[in-house]
Amino acid sequence: MGGGVRGDLKAVNRVVIQGLEARELECFRGETLLFQQLSFTVRSGEVVQIEGGNGCGKTTLLRILGGLGVADEGQVLWDGVPMPRSRPELYSQLAWVGHRDGIKDELTAIENLQAAQAMSEHAKDVDFSLVLESLGLVDRDTIPCRSLSAGQRRRVALARLAVTDAKIWILDEPLTALDVAGREQLQRMMVEHAQMGGMVIYTTHQHLPLAGCDCKSVVLG
Amino acid sequence: MQDTTTSAVHVSLGQAFWQLLRRDLLLTLRRGNEWINPLVFFVIVVSLFPLGIGPGAKTLQLIGPGVVWVSALLATLLALDGLFRSDYQDGALELILLSPHPLSVLVLAKVLAHWLITGLPLVLLSPLLGVLLHQDSSVMWVLMATLALGTATLSLIGSIGAALTVGVRRGGVLLSLLVLPLYVPVLIFGSNAVASAGMGLAVKGQLSLLGGMLFLALALAPVATAASLRVSVE
Amino acid sequence: MFLWFHKLGSPRYFYAFARIIAPWIALVCATTMAWGVYQALWVAPPDYQQGESYRIMYVHVPSAWMSMFVYMVMAVASAVYLIWHMKLAGFVAQASAPIGAVFTFLALATGSLWGKPMWGTWWVWDARLTSELVLLFLYLGYMALHEAYDNPSTGAKAAAILAIVGVVNIPIIHYSVEWWHTLHQGASVTKMGKPSMPASMLVPLLVMALSFKAFYGTVLLWRLQAKILEREYRSKWVRELLTGDKA
Repeated sequence: MGGGVRGDLKAVNRVVIQGLEARELECFRGETLLFQQLSFTVRSGEVVQIEGGNGCGKTTLLRILGGLGVADEGQVLWDGVPMPRSRPELYSQLAWVGHRDGIKDELTAIENLQAAQAMSEHAKDVDFSLVLESLGLVDRDTIPCRSLSAGQRRRVALARLAVTDAKIWILDEPLTALDVAGREQLQRMMVEHAQMGGMVIYTTHQHLPLAGCDCKSVVLG
Repeated sequence: MQDTTTSAVHVSLGQAFWQLLRRDLLLTLRRGNEWINPLVFFVIVVSLFPLGIGPGAKTLQLIGPGVVWVSALLATLLALDGLFRSDYQDGALELILLSPHPLSVLVLAKVLAHWLITGLPLVLLSPLLGVLLHQDSSVMWVLMATLALGTATLSLIGSIGAALTVGVRRGGVLLSLLVLPLYVPVLIFGSNAVASAGMGLAVKGQLSLLGGMLFLALALAPVATAASLRVSVE
Repeated sequence: MFLWFHKLGSPRYFYAFARIIAPWIALVCATTMAWGVYQALWVAPPDYQQGESYRIMYVHVPSAWMSMFVYMVMAVASAVYLIWHMKLAGFVAQASAPIGAVFTFLALATGSLWGKPMWGTWWVWDARLTSELVLLFLYLGYMALHEAYDNPSTGAKAAAILAIVGVVNIPIIHYSVEWWHTLHQGASVTKMGKPSMPASMLVPLLVMALSFKAFYGTVLLWRLQAKILEREYRSKWVRELLTGDKA
């Protein structure tokens, strides 16, 4: 990765990316079977919703896809290479908003974004206050996140998606605590990301219409 | 987002290391005086010994090195539980684990921050406690040197235990059970060096052994800690 | 050979294998134990310095050897488990821990009993006893960590890492304790101070050591069989085995 980062990225966009593949996953929680023989792919430009009721293993599946959990059977592959061997490659392209938002209470929104960006490999050269502003968070560079509301914290977490140049987003219940405006903003971000050749995997219990992109769903349970 | 043509900047490993270190130091700073608690604990434990044993200068001089060392060890242990716990609870640990940068290097940044906050103040405070325990003033630099090398090793070894117990409810007690036996060599060489210095003997051997253990821990502990973290979050 | 090893690694085949082999090892254990105890207590001559009390050595020394040996087995099995994800190796490590802890405890208890007539006190901070004590702590930590996790496979992996960290540390702990002991040595007498032991004393010791190993093997195989049934109960063959005995 020298000076030609921008050129490299364009090249990547042109080649067909195999993306993420789940192959015959099987997972138990204690003695209950969560899912079995679960296979699907996520390719460039696709938005995949993981559907299912409470406790059917959506979060577990996302953690397995992200390499934080392990399936009892089966494999996860990134660009055809199985995890955990492909870990560095996947992680250099992954942005994650998990069940726990990963926001440090003591830091300001901007400091949180800085910290998150430093953990990535390809940072986007953007102005953090502009990003936060576009998510409806104004003047948040002096106030620690402790004093933000749940919805605002969620927005800070979602702002992480905009500060790194990740190809694949994994979002666990991103709509939780978001208001209508926040939801619409997220919708726009997801569609835009997919249109630019990105991938999104997410879970939600709400209806999230996404027009103009390639949507799939994986149903659990 | 409006500006979709922004260029991507490569984040080097050094930047990631420095940012994580900075973040942890900043967090400590913002949490107020919490970082002082292990130090106060250190001072209190040391001052309990004269109360329990008696104020005889001769006895205190004899047991002083051991007392300071055992207390320092317990104080390090006390602070250790928080090394990964808050990051685990709020999900920030996931972001660290999902980083493309080598996890062992990121772990090292966190351990370094932890040592700067807990270990270094212990080192700086130790001469004061040496005075309370009637240690010879010529011994002080040995005390500080052994504690500097030793507490760094303890933080590194301890990080393995902290990583292994981070996913466990009430992991604190378990952590001490796992880590204390591994602390034995550091304790032996550390306190012995101070005692030897008090008797006017050479301490170069002990110091180089402590240094050797530090390097060994530096090489191996972050790898073990990284592996442990991946297991704990499962 | 490799294929055989690979096949044995599957819990199902290992279960069948263990069922056949365990009774034989138990037999070896029983016969060597009977002969060893007889030799040690009645045939071997009393020690010219320690008289009869030295005979506790026939339990103490093999226990101490086993305490180290079992930890090594645990560490190797843990490494195999982590590297090749071989479930059986994880079971071996887990099943070994309590056995090793008991050997360690036995070595400590007999060492302390031996200390009473030798030094007139129940406990001396002798280098070997101190090392054994630290080893006991390592075993206890391993078992506690294993138990602490709700998910058994997470617990197994965490404990496996701890076992490997422990085995890297054991030599360091051992030498540091030894060094510490020589430094603080007062008038204590080393137990095994004599340069050589007559064959009439040594042979029973070696037989007892063999017997202890066989004992470990037997108990390990029994524990493994139970563990396999417990952890593989989801699979068809276990159900068949438990309902209509086909195996």
